[in-house]
Amino acid sequence: MFLKLSGALAALALMLTPVAADAQSAKPTDPQIAHIAYTAGNIDVKAGELAVKKTKSKEVLEFAKDMVRDHKAVNEKALALVKKLNVTPQDNDISKSLVKNAKEKEAGLSKLEGKAFDKAYIDNEVAYHKAVNAALKDTLIPSASNAELKDLLGVALKIFEGHLQHAEHIAASLK
Amino acid sequence: MSMKKSHFVLAGAALVLAYAAPVSAETIQIKIDKLKFSPEQVTVHVGDTIEWVNADFIAHTATARNKAWDVMLAKGKSATTAMTKAGAIDYYCRFHPNMVGKIIVQDT
Ligand SMILES: [Cu+2]
Repeated sequence: MFLKLSGALAALALMLTPVAADAQSAKPTDPQIAHIAYTAGNIDVKAGELAVKKTKSKEVLEFAKDMVRDHKAVNEKALALVKKLNVTPQDNDISKSLVKNAKEKEAGLSKLEGKAFDKAYIDNEVAYHKAVNAALKDTLIPSASNAELKDLLGVALKIFEGHLQHAEHIAASLK
Repeated sequence: MSMKKSHFVLAGAALVLAYAAPVSAETIQIKIDKLKFSPEQVTVHVGDTIEWVNADFIAHTATARNKAWDVMLAKGKSATTAMTKAGAIDYYCRFHPNMVGKIIVQDT
């Protein structure tokens, strides 16, 4: 089934690339929401693991480790919840485009070294958390019908808002 | 026991009490739940202890902006910090700087 992209999700999927104005909003289902949230978290875990391997900066290293630890913890919670609720996460166009865009981003980051890598990684973390947080706030949380899923996504949003602030501080110090 | 002596003993006990009262230290709990320190602001006295309780499923820190202390709080764990100096201390979580709180430490 083709899932039309709503504004915030479209921005997330395309990582802030301008989208067609006729993109209509459609409510994603709980299995789709769970899949999108898990996929988005997993992407940031992978980016963090790449940064742990590549960075020479203590500050960036600590941040990357935080991202790996927190996003893994949120995803473990999400997996435990869908299991409990007997919900099977359902792959969808948004998850697919998230993965596709992340692969391209990762390929770009892999080619960079030193300060250029740090800057690109942190700038991407700022943009990525902004996009994910907007999608959570504007679409995923309001669309979630299960109360426990909605609650977990709400806690996740607070965690990711913290990550965004942290990333912004580091971005400012890298300038 | 003569009247005089008993008065003397009572006076002595009162003195001990008067002296002991201000130094009885307290433990004040600050809980973290869903990325919120609560209570967000507390007023305590020098010699009191803060007990941090992290009820979240992720790690946090309680980090004083004046660098007086930096407490690591693993998920589901607690820790304590002694308040040794008077003053107002703003603190935050290093991992999630959107988490903030304030402790006002008064002289006894
Ligand atoms: Cu925190």
